[in-house]
Amino acid sequence: MNAETLYLDHAATTPLLPEAHAAMEEGWRLWANPSSPHRSGRAARAAFEEARAGIKASLGWDGEVVFTSGASEALAIAFRNSKLPLVAVSSVEHEAVLRYAGDAARLPVGRDGLIHAADAAVSGLVAIQHANNETGVLQPLEDIVSKVRDAGGLLLADCAQTAGKIALPDADMIALSAHKFGGPVGVGALLVRDYAMLDPSGGQERGYRGGTENLPGVLAMAAALGAGSGWMPGAVRLRTRLEAAIRQYGGEIVAEHAPRIATIGAVRLAGVSAASQLIRLDAMGIAVSAGSACSSGSLKTSHVLDAMGIEGAGEVIRVSIGRETSEADVDKFIEAWQVIAGKA
Amino acid sequence: MKRKLIYLDNQATTPLAPEALEAMLPWLSGPEGMGFANPHSAHKAGRAAMAMVEVARDQIAGLLPPGGRVIFTSGATEAINQAILSVPCGRVACSAIEHSAVINAALAGAGEVYEMPVGSDGLVDPEAALAPGTDLVAVMQVNNEIGTIQPVARLAERAHQVGALFLCDAVQGAGKIASPEGADMIAISAHKLYGPKGIGALWVRDGVTIAPFIHGGAQEGGLRSGTLSPALCAGFGAAAALAKARMELDFQHLQGLAALGRSILSRWVLNGSETARWPGNLNLRIDGLDVVRMMSELRDVAFSAGSACGSGTGKPSHVLKAIGLDDFAAKGSIRLGIGRYTTRDDVEEACRQIDAAARSQGV
Repeated sequence: MNAETLYLDHAATTPLLPEAHAAMEEGWRLWANPSSPHRSGRAARAAFEEARAGIKASLGWDGEVVFTSGASEALAIAFRNSKLPLVAVSSVEHEAVLRYAGDAARLPVGRDGLIHAADAAVSGLVAIQHANNETGVLQPLEDIVSKVRDAGGLLLADCAQTAGKIALPDADMIALSAHKFGGPVGVGALLVRDYAMLDPSGGQERGYRGGTENLPGVLAMAAALGAGSGWMPGAVRLRTRLEAAIRQYGGEIVAEHAPRIATIGAVRLAGVSAASQLIRLDAMGIAVSAGSACSSGSLKTSHVLDAMGIEGAGEVIRVSIGRETSEADVDKFIEAWQVIAGKA
Repeated sequence: MKRKLIYLDNQATTPLAPEALEAMLPWLSGPEGMGFANPHSAHKAGRAAMAMVEVARDQIAGLLPPGGRVIFTSGATEAINQAILSVPCGRVACSAIEHSAVINAALAGAGEVYEMPVGSDGLVDPEAALAPGTDLVAVMQVNNEIGTIQPVARLAERAHQVGALFLCDAVQGAGKIASPEGADMIAISAHKLYGPKGIGALWVRDGVTIAPFIHGGAQEGGLRSGTLSPALCAGFGAAAALAKARMELDFQHLQGLAALGRSILSRWVLNGSETARWPGNLNLRIDGLDVVRMMSELRDVAFSAGSACGSGTGKPSHVLKAIGLDDFAAKGSIRLGIGRYTTRDDVEEACRQIDAAARSQGV
């Protein structure tokens, strides 16, 4: 493995922050089971609950926090234990939502990737992501949540790509994953405004999630959130620089004019398949992806781009920037991309 | 200054082996390396992470029977839930001393759950009749509260005779004794074998079909969604390899310490079988003891009265009840969990303090 790799796949996962690493070490030191009543167990419990409070403060969330192994499990708990049945999802949700959608309505999106808030006015559980993991498009959740609530429903927002980066939306339940914001892989949370929205299933986390608490993971997650999102304005500038160059050299940006999180961009190069772009970039030491990491290796076209009606979906790659990405990194990518585009 | 805490609660969790920690560190890198990559990414850094995940998977498979596959989960609770909820189970038999993860998952997922009785020795009778139409039999390998080793090979045979699948919760036995024979599914957890918290595995025999429990990006061959943590996999793998290499050594160490503990606590009665037991667990009782009072008095010894998950509920242990102890006897029982890193001095000092604390209660 070489440190020369230019990593622009931060939507797949992003490096562990030094603060999070240090907190994890603290967690290993306090390795007892937080549910044990003896002194070491109580010390572990105290640290665990302090981390929970810190996470709530960082996120500005005053509801409940159920720690999980990640966003997929958080969503699974929400769907399995929600008292209201799932009645609607956007058609661009992550697979972790779509696989539970059964015969729930798929709310259509336009070419801008946005759903119509009015479509979400249904009574039941409605799952709409905050930012799309392939295009970065931000759904208008402030409009959506009021429509959902007016209709007697509850909003579940998959915030895997936004938590720790931009303010959380107003929602009744929120799923998030630590490794997307500088925490470790293997820990996440389901935020629930009120436990009464869920049926308990037994075990730890007040009966809403069984399994020994992952203390090092939770401490590290708190530390990663504590590190803040002061880098995001810089990410906006980098995204602007990147996309200006892409357009200049003949590329297209998917959902260019929609509100998007600055960290994720979907870039189309007409006439060159995404697979071929990826292989060439990989050979040049640049790590990006075509769609999500989970679907990589499969030859299916992206359901997200299909739902948006994007032509040339097979020519789109995802470039995602992170806290550590520099202007030089962006310029290096632009240079490589120009070569592939035949514009160098 | 705080006095050193003697940790005798290795059934609740075990310390992370230094070897496991070392294996994890390269995969917890910041931007200076590429160890943080998503193992499901197609680029070079992702492929390198996935290659390591597969090495770890092989190391873990080394603790399990041949002829099956290892699916990573967030821990044994998830593995058990997946096992029970993914097979067609109208009727499930589980022993009266199963962990609550098994009992609650069965109650949530099965049409009907019935209990297999346990003798006063803490052992399930493998010849007890199984109800016709039983789809799944779930019996643990080593009990988490009293350490008894169940006759799982025979139980698996009996399950197969009635056409049922056999699920074995091997959380307390994995990496410590030979893997359970005959099981169709086995659940294990890394942090009980000196690996990290937050990861476990479900082993599934080839030919047994299971369904996903967490849906999503379809990792783990579509059977378990969610980004795999390379660090947790590496730590789990290293802990498994170490446990395999040290199995005999660790076992002898525990046997020696258990004998020492028994000799100091010679007036205490052992709960469960004297012979069919794993030596890392001593569950002992003495009439008239108030275990809650003892726990609050002995601030420098970490031990328990039953399982960590059951602690704080105030309910008497269902395991002690199942082996015929009344509330009075259950309240006089303690669980001492000895581990690889426990020393003779730890056991001597802790057992002396425990016995003295009992005497000061007049028992």
